[in-house]
Amino acid sequence: MELLIKNGFVFDPINGINGEKMDIAVRNGKIVESVNDRRAKKIDATGLTVMPGGVDIHCHIAGAEVNTGRLMRPEDHIKDTERKTTLTRSGVGYSIPSTFTTGYRYSRMGYTSLMNPSMPPLEAKHTHEELNDTPMLDKASYPLLGDWWFVLEYLQKGDLTECARYVAWMMGTTKGYAIKIVNPGGLESWGFGRNVHTIDDKVPNFDITPREIMCGLAKVNKMLNLPHTIHLHTNNLGLPGNYATTLDTMRALESVATDGKPVAHITHLQFSSFAGDDWGSMRSGAEEVAKYINAHSHITCDMGQVIFTDTTTMTADGPFEYTLYQLSGHKWVNSDVETETSGGIIPFHYKRNNAVNATQWSIALELALMIEDPWKIYLTTDHPNGGPFTAYPKIIGWLISRKARMATLKKCHKKAQKKSLLPTLKRELSLYDIAIVTRAGQAKALGLKDKGHLGVGADADIAIYNVNPETIDIARKYKTVRRAFGNAAYTIKDGKVVVKDGEIVQHVDGRTIWLDVQTAEQVKVDEEMRRRFREYWTVEYENYPVTNHYLKISDPRTIKADV
Amino acid sequence: MITLTPLRQFRFPVMAECINPDVFQGKSVDEIAQLTVWEGNKQKKLCELFKIEQSLAEAPSIVINGNVEEVRRIGSGMKSGEIVINGNAGMHLGEKMAGGKITVNGDAEGWAGSDMKNGLLEIMGNAGPYLASPYRGSSTGMRGGKIIVHGNVGTDAAVFLKGGTIKILGDAGPFMGFRMCDGTIHIEKNCGTRVGACMTGGKIVVSGVLEEVLPTFTIDSVKAKVKIEEGDSATGPFYVFLGDLAENGNGKLYVSKANNPHLSTYEKYL
Repeated sequence: MELLIKNGFVFDPINGINGEKMDIAVRNGKIVESVNDRRAKKIDATGLTVMPGGVDIHCHIAGAEVNTGRLMRPEDHIKDTERKTTLTRSGVGYSIPSTFTTGYRYSRMGYTSLMNPSMPPLEAKHTHEELNDTPMLDKASYPLLGDWWFVLEYLQKGDLTECARYVAWMMGTTKGYAIKIVNPGGLESWGFGRNVHTIDDKVPNFDITPREIMCGLAKVNKMLNLPHTIHLHTNNLGLPGNYATTLDTMRALESVATDGKPVAHITHLQFSSFAGDDWGSMRSGAEEVAKYINAHSHITCDMGQVIFTDTTTMTADGPFEYTLYQLSGHKWVNSDVETETSGGIIPFHYKRNNAVNATQWSIALELALMIEDPWKIYLTTDHPNGGPFTAYPKIIGWLISRKARMATLKKCHKKAQKKSLLPTLKRELSLYDIAIVTRAGQAKALGLKDKGHLGVGADADIAIYNVNPETIDIARKYKTVRRAFGNAAYTIKDGKVVVKDGEIVQHVDGRTIWLDVQTAEQVKVDEEMRRRFREYWTVEYENYPVTNHYLKISDPRTIKADV
Repeated sequence: MITLTPLRQFRFPVMAECINPDVFQGKSVDEIAQLTVWEGNKQKKLCELFKIEQSLAEAPSIVINGNVEEVRRIGSGMKSGEIVINGNAGMHLGEKMAGGKITVNGDAEGWAGSDMKNGLLEIMGNAGPYLASPYRGSSTGMRGGKIIVHGNVGTDAAVFLKGGTIKILGDAGPFMGFRMCDGTIHIEKNCGTRVGACMTGGKIVVSGVLEEVLPTFTIDSVKAKVKIEEGDSATGPFYVFLGDLAENGNGKLYVSKANNPHLSTYEKYL
């Protein structure tokens, strides 16, 4: 199967191509130098923008918490239903779409690869079952390891090598892709109704601090040569004044960084950049955080943009969800996942006329604009925590156009308007920058060598949008761009046209990417391990691992570790 | 005036948001005939399900002659005009209605007047469960307007009630006014148990028999009369209970003294 995309304006930041008019050739699902001009199927992309398929580094689309969120929100589904067609299955939205609908909607926006963060290892089987039913996309999951008792025990002993072996074992056992750390130490404390408030607080029952967990796992990440860095949700998330904790966290991680490469990805940075002493005086800490990130190279991050809509928040950060419950009084769910993590879900309505929500909206944009290097900050809403992913085109509009964001800011709460730094920010992102923040940068941070670019050998995941950068001024015509990014002219997945003019034209199943980390000495599943399983978990060891037959299309990446 | 007559007995649920005076306004019979509805999983035109006739009379705007208990969402979101249904009506009747009037000369199924904001809904027969209650999982609730039911009402009526008046001339099922925070409910006959559970405000008046009051309600006083709305009051005497204390609530539950001698034990706490 050969395909030739002719005459499009190509934006491929990894290969330094900025809007050049060129052809892209595809054979057998990969991008190649050239194809037979007569035999190949042709797509005329004249006057259209061609980009690599979108990559989302952080979106909760599958797993126990997502599904519980679906169960507890029938009122969210009734307002947004999708009927079945001859090609697609029926489903519902809005903030937590059903699995098939998630796949279709991402694909319609030109996305082809997703990362599902926060998978409790105990719920890994459930997560993979749902990922199998999320079509059109390549997927991977990050197991939650920051508060896993094994990690805490070995870090407490100072035995990094043994810790690394267990992390490597866990990647294979849960079919995971990266180390996810949520509120390190805080989740273990939450089991006892407590939380940690600085990175040097002691975790109950373990003589260890969040600082030691983060730095220890960052070192383990390096020892194992994992493609992504540690994926970090900071302590004190979502509380006024937490930007100081975020700065402390980043400073602590400096000790791990040696070669100028990133060692940690701080996710949904907006929720970690609040200044002020309480909710009344809460203001943006974006300036301080951005200044630090601009001056250092060991951190990447994503926005966690807030959208003014009714959404469902869900995170492994149980204590934070409890705070949200106290604020809103809405129905909520909280849970403790045995030896591994906790979790919480609560519906939340972000409102323009709420000073705190409007300030949150502003903080995410301030961060994205003040962090000068687009390779360091990526576009996300932390779906569905800040808002559903279907709002990405809206965020692109705010990033490329000062006019667009000022129009929204004008409708916000007066207090938030006064505090916002947005009026002082003149920067407007170009389509090249948008290609970085929505695909190239994310693929690079994830270490996905065959995604996020259109060079020879890359996966033929391509998005074509109906934007002509020669004829329109994107900053003025942001609404056209918004429409185009919401309904891709074409989405091509592994060389197959799956979306045309915003409609699904072919159903494909994506692969599940996971890491097969090879350590010199493997973790032995011996009597000691089984004893621990009997003591710590409610399941026996035999029922724990995700075996290969659980994955519909398995795509293991073999990694050679240093230990 | 548009008259709709069902052409047959519907076997599957029909979703007919388009039966709404605001939608019919300014449309000819031919245009109305082309409006789309869903019958089960098939999309149909209105004229395939109903005989549509127009007459010169101004009011009411729409009359439906016949039983339409399978037809859901009639008058959904309507802002003005009047609908008269001479027969039974389906679920979600007058859902989110913001004005106008609906009269049912028969029974109504569940969720009638769900999330209603304004207007008048009058049901001459019985109403199903979830009268004036929000959709499952939602906490929106009725915010204004008036509902009159001449017959009985099913369970879970007026959940999350936030405003408006509900008058029930017959009996009411259990869990009436669950989590209500404002508004008024008057039940002229008997009421099911757990009335006002988790209520934080508003007023419930039971003129008939109430078997038991939740233990999280406390007796406050005995009153001779209670106002339902402007120009309408219920005569007692009534025991006045405050609650629900489990929610730190300040709702008022009036229960007829004459019809509930078994509640007289509360009098010693006065």
